[in-house]
Amino acid sequence: MSDKNITCECGHINPYGTEICEVCGKPLQGDSESNKLLNMRYEGSARRSQTYKTTIIDKIWNFFSSVKVGIWIIVLLLVASAVGTIFPQEMYIPPLSDPTVYYEEQYGILGQLYFDLGFHNLYGSWWYMLLIAALGLSLIVASLDRFVPLYRALKKQRVVRHESFMKRQKYFGITELVNNKAELSTVKEVLQKKRYNVKEEDGHLFAEKNRFSRWGPYVNHIGLILFLIGGMLRFFPGMYVDEVLWLREGETEKIKGTEEAYYLQSDGFILETYDNNDAKFKDAIEASGQEAVAKNYQTDAVLYKQVGERIAGTDPELEKIKEHPIQVNKPLKFDGYAIYQVDYKLNELQSMTFTMDNKETDKPVGELTVNLYNPEKEYELNDGYRVEVMDYFPDFEFNDKGEPTTKSKVPNNPAFILNMISPEHPDGEVAFVAIKQNLEPLGENDYKMSFQNVDTKNVSGLVVRKDNTLWILAIGGAIFMIGVIQGMYWNHRRIWVLRKDNEIWLACHTNKNWYGLKRELESVTDQTGLHMPLDQSEQK
Amino acid sequence: MKKKNRLIVRTVILAIVFIAVGYTFYTNFFANESGIVQAGDQAPNFILTDLEGNEVELEDYRGKGVFLNFWATYCEPCKDEMPAMDKKYKEYKDKGVEILAVNVSEPKLTAESFVDRYKLSFPVLLDKSNDVTNHYGVGPIPVTFLIDKDGQVIRKTQASLSEEVIDDYMKQIQP
Repeated sequence: MSDKNITCECGHINPYGTEICEVCGKPLQGDSESNKLLNMRYEGSARRSQTYKTTIIDKIWNFFSSVKVGIWIIVLLLVASAVGTIFPQEMYIPPLSDPTVYYEEQYGILGQLYFDLGFHNLYGSWWYMLLIAALGLSLIVASLDRFVPLYRALKKQRVVRHESFMKRQKYFGITELVNNKAELSTVKEVLQKKRYNVKEEDGHLFAEKNRFSRWGPYVNHIGLILFLIGGMLRFFPGMYVDEVLWLREGETEKIKGTEEAYYLQSDGFILETYDNNDAKFKDAIEASGQEAVAKNYQTDAVLYKQVGERIAGTDPELEKIKEHPIQVNKPLKFDGYAIYQVDYKLNELQSMTFTMDNKETDKPVGELTVNLYNPEKEYELNDGYRVEVMDYFPDFEFNDKGEPTTKSKVPNNPAFILNMISPEHPDGEVAFVAIKQNLEPLGENDYKMSFQNVDTKNVSGLVVRKDNTLWILAIGGAIFMIGVIQGMYWNHRRIWVLRKDNEIWLACHTNKNWYGLKRELESVTDQTGLHMPLDQSEQK
Repeated sequence: MKKKNRLIVRTVILAIVFIAVGYTFYTNFFANESGIVQAGDQAPNFILTDLEGNEVELEDYRGKGVFLNFWATYCEPCKDEMPAMDKKYKEYKDKGVEILAVNVSEPKLTAESFVDRYKLSFPVLLDKSNDVTNHYGVGPIPVTFLIDKDGQVIRKTQASLSEEVIDDYMKQIQP
């Protein structure tokens, strides 16, 4: 045992730093004759050991044990979180914009500064996460450092308290009596009716209730720590998936985030609107000011599971699991994953149909349909007519050097260089064909390509979700609330009754709601003739 | 005794917190996202078809260095490095270094006419569904993996390469 421990006159050895003896309640710090009210916070227990500051572990521990440090961490987190909302975070800026220029373009010099300081990715930054981690550590350390000594002090408290402990409570009063024995038994009865746990020792009384309310803050902190652990688990493999999946009608795609185990096929995307002529909806639709009001967004999906091993680049062997229409709020659920309907693109170009016309007669000599995702090299028409595709640009533009090129692989603006072969021109005539464009780069042709129509497909925007941390967040949240309720709706109330010669000393304490305690005390004094203790904090 | 226990308890609690936070930081900031191929990894095998329709399997190139390039015709920096790649390909082909240029899911015709226009002689593979591209964790292109004769990735680069750099890289993977 450390020689710095404090031995009280009652014989109990208190840890260094104790302000009020754990057992008898004698004030150990400062002048014991003083009449100043006692600070009852944490029962005057030694909440932070000052003794063991030698090792680095103790230094770290003591740093995080400080409430002052904890509050600073919270303030920094609040300020940082607020700063993160000044401009949109990177994930919320338009998908194709370049963040290096977007912030400056939109928000000027401040936006540039915001980007340079890395605030566009604030909530995922190392220093923000470090602050969260520091908050978690502060919660654990500060709670442990307060809970353990408080628990000890409340467990060890005795019925009889030191005189100066009694005198220095907020409510304290002395009653002189002739026959005190009878009075005390009435006090005991009244308090027991009020659900106090009353202990008697040599004619002295100690009544206590709702001690568990003191544990509320610590229970609450356990909930918070679980919550933080839940947040942390998102970064552990297999715990959390949030991926976007664009799926074209008729196509089968690997489902991202499922470790390549699952594939999804779209049998069609449906956008239904309410009937504008239906009497039931007519007024509401007109009132909305929109031409049409959506009723249903739906992807008819088929889920497949991959069978066996597969080498990248080869076609997978798929086993059908189920068909499911994915609607808003009606996700496709499987194996812990859920696929939600979140977006769509209608009428994306899929194929184009042309005819090859004789310019002179203005009659078509044949027709061809070109798949814009995978055009053929050659389209055979009738009677010696043929069209060769010499080049294809799905998203046509001229580049800096003036060459024809494609901006992307999506057929937003398809363009072809075609060679039209006819009996008159066995080597062909070259035509450049794009939307609303028909050029003859190598001179006048006898034949031309005429655009007939397009075939389009819809694309579903889906989100793949998996969150294995929800249960721990739910438990954390529930424990958090239990802690709040426990600490807020009950008060820890204690009443000490000391028989001293022909006097009865009465003192009491509560951690909150003094008014409630006073009322309970009044019902005791009303029925016994004891004097109501006075609020000493008001007597100055 | 009490003092010693207290130190042990504190050390254990701090250690648990530091390890948990450290692991989270590691997975979040330092570790490769799962499935992304990096230098030092064994290059995952794949099978793709070239423009002539032949199947090409990466593992068949064991014993040779492989200059694995991901490109597309809409990517200007990819186009810029193509002539230099072709030049170096001709030089190193007989020294045991092969170029495999994976086109990132463009129509065959687009890739083919580009190859004709640039007169490229190295094999161009078609990754129709982006499967290999995703498998290698390729984001913005061009991306080049240098694979040595044992199938190990010795470098991954995300830049348009000059002739000198390509020459230097080819030397690195020459068996």
